[in-house]
Amino acid sequence: MSDGPLLRVEDLRVDFTTEEGVLHAVDGVSFGLDRGERLAVVGESGSGKSVTAMTLMGLTRSPNASISGRAHLGDTELISAGDEDLRRVRGKEIAMIFQDPMSSLNPVYRVGDQIIEQIRAHRDVAEEEARERTIELLDAVGIPSPAERARAYPHEFSGGMRQRAMIAMALSLEPEVLIADEPTTALDVTIQAQIIDLLQDLNRQFGLSIILITHDLGVVAEIAERVLVMYGGRVVEEGSLEQIFYDPQHPYTWGLLGSLTRLDRDRPERLSQIPGIPPSLISPPQGCHFRPRCPHEFEKCPEVPPLESRSGEPGQCDRCWLDPEEKRRRRMVDGRIGLAAAEEAAAG
Amino acid sequence: MARFIVRRTVSMVFVMFAVSILVFLIFNVLPNGDPAVRMAGKVPTETQVEAIRQEWGFEEPLPVQYWTTMKKLFTGDMQSYFTQLSVTEEIWKGLPRTFALAIGAAILWMVAAIALGLYSAVRAGGFSDRLLTVLSLIGISMPVFWIGALLSYYLGFKAGIFPNGGYVEFADNPTQWFWHLVLPWFALSILFIGFYSRVLRSDVMETMNEDFVRTARAKGLSERRVLLKHVLRNSMIPIVTLWGLDFGFVIGGGAILTETVFNLQGVGQYAAESIGQLDQPPIMAVTMFGAFFIVLFNGIVDIVYAALDPRIRLEGGAKA
Repeated sequence: MSDGPLLRVEDLRVDFTTEEGVLHAVDGVSFGLDRGERLAVVGESGSGKSVTAMTLMGLTRSPNASISGRAHLGDTELISAGDEDLRRVRGKEIAMIFQDPMSSLNPVYRVGDQIIEQIRAHRDVAEEEARERTIELLDAVGIPSPAERARAYPHEFSGGMRQRAMIAMALSLEPEVLIADEPTTALDVTIQAQIIDLLQDLNRQFGLSIILITHDLGVVAEIAERVLVMYGGRVVEEGSLEQIFYDPQHPYTWGLLGSLTRLDRDRPERLSQIPGIPPSLISPPQGCHFRPRCPHEFEKCPEVPPLESRSGEPGQCDRCWLDPEEKRRRRMVDGRIGLAAAEEAAAG
Repeated sequence: MARFIVRRTVSMVFVMFAVSILVFLIFNVLPNGDPAVRMAGKVPTETQVEAIRQEWGFEEPLPVQYWTTMKKLFTGDMQSYFTQLSVTEEIWKGLPRTFALAIGAAILWMVAAIALGLYSAVRAGGFSDRLLTVLSLIGISMPVFWIGALLSYYLGFKAGIFPNGGYVEFADNPTQWFWHLVLPWFALSILFIGFYSRVLRSDVMETMNEDFVRTARAKGLSERRVLLKHVLRNSMIPIVTLWGLDFGFVIGGGAILTETVFNLQGVGQYAAESIGQLDQPPIMAVTMFGAFFIVLFNGIVDIVYAALDPRIRLEGGAKA
């Protein structure tokens, strides 16, 4: 095996042709994922985080999509891989679980059979052997009386149980990378915590590398070691969990952190939010995509800031032209990190 | 599942009972006037009418009349006063022919519709999809008596490839039996192929966007398996419904035109001839018989449904 990260994504671009024009869903995303690492990809809807993940799985391939860039997983290049090569990798080396466990399992087949199907699609094993493995897996993800539950249909499972079954399915071939696309969004808060704990355990026990896609910073704080912040199809900031939460460099990250409500602080008069709307991905703003919503915009912003190390901290990169010291000063709003209102920013 | 079947069978019996009352009312009570006169055919004599009135008990109260009518229907003790033949015997005679036509055509149209519908959905928007769309619209628009007559005339009468109508018993000559049925099967199927393949196409396209199909792909299944096992199974439900109803309809004498054009002498043709002669007992019997098959196949469809989609078994609260 080569050194370097397990998964290396370089300059990934995904464009979709729509009736309104070409939509640049992912606009030059690069990142690496080490073996056993837990990486969170954060961003609002339409930031390109899910499309990035689905593209790695080959799930965005369609006549309307044009995909470029590279993604190396071990010896396989996922973007240019032929259908058969891709088929062999997905489910086996890179697996994915989805946002809505309610609709992600086929309603007409028994849960166990759906897992057995995946095992047998990749390994030449007898049905009985695959069934035993399936029961082990269901047990491992915390489904009670797994042998019996394997014979149940998805509609007989609760949402949390279905997501556990999805995780069992994803793990059935011991993949190296698990992509979890908002795995807890559709679940109750208590169930969310259980699923997050389960993912933590799997990471610790088996050294499973996890890419967690979410918009929930609470979940990020819980699980991630490293964080990518995406906005408008680009990575705007990358850093360790501590760097992102305590020393964020990009104004969009400030805004995300500022819009968190915290129980340990006084209750704000109104919940803070980032003003404006997400950029159009068909005709995005020139230069920095966050520019139209950013109170700190200045003359350099119409030029695209490259993602590079600016803060002086190792491993941290961002796409904002402001001077790091200036950023550290400007991000403090009412004693905590946040995005200043436009007037205040101008005054300060 | 067993409980589901039992429940469904019981409800089918109730529906049949309701249907039989309706048939009785429509033929014997609602039209007003003397049912015995209508029953007796075009030019009855006074004694005939009186005899019929006695035999069918038209003087009795309605429930008794209903009972007599049903008894006559189900015991085979019903005759046409026009041809003096037993209605039940005539239906029995036509039944194998109608069955042969309906079963063959139903298989043909189902298989062809699945193949074309799937193909169309996978190639949606492409040239072959558009061509199939046009062809299926043509198929749906062609009346069966017209396409049947054309086929029979050009391929049967002129080219001599196929027999020009008629029916040969399977036991007498299986090859000829098959050969005689090719054109009727085809003529009867065209409409259904066009219609079913459209329905399947749109359903497959919808199902392909489902999350569980994405999961199936993410599992690393081959595209073929995704399509046949995960998409098709879910998309079969609407066309199985249609299939059950149409099949019941065709068996119950609904293939009137096809049978008549190709002179197959099945139940449908019997119904057509009886209507032409205003011969009421056979019309009533064929109506009852048709309704019976539609209800029966409706029930079978529901059971097939439950096999296709486990969620349906829960309907009604009881666990299967």
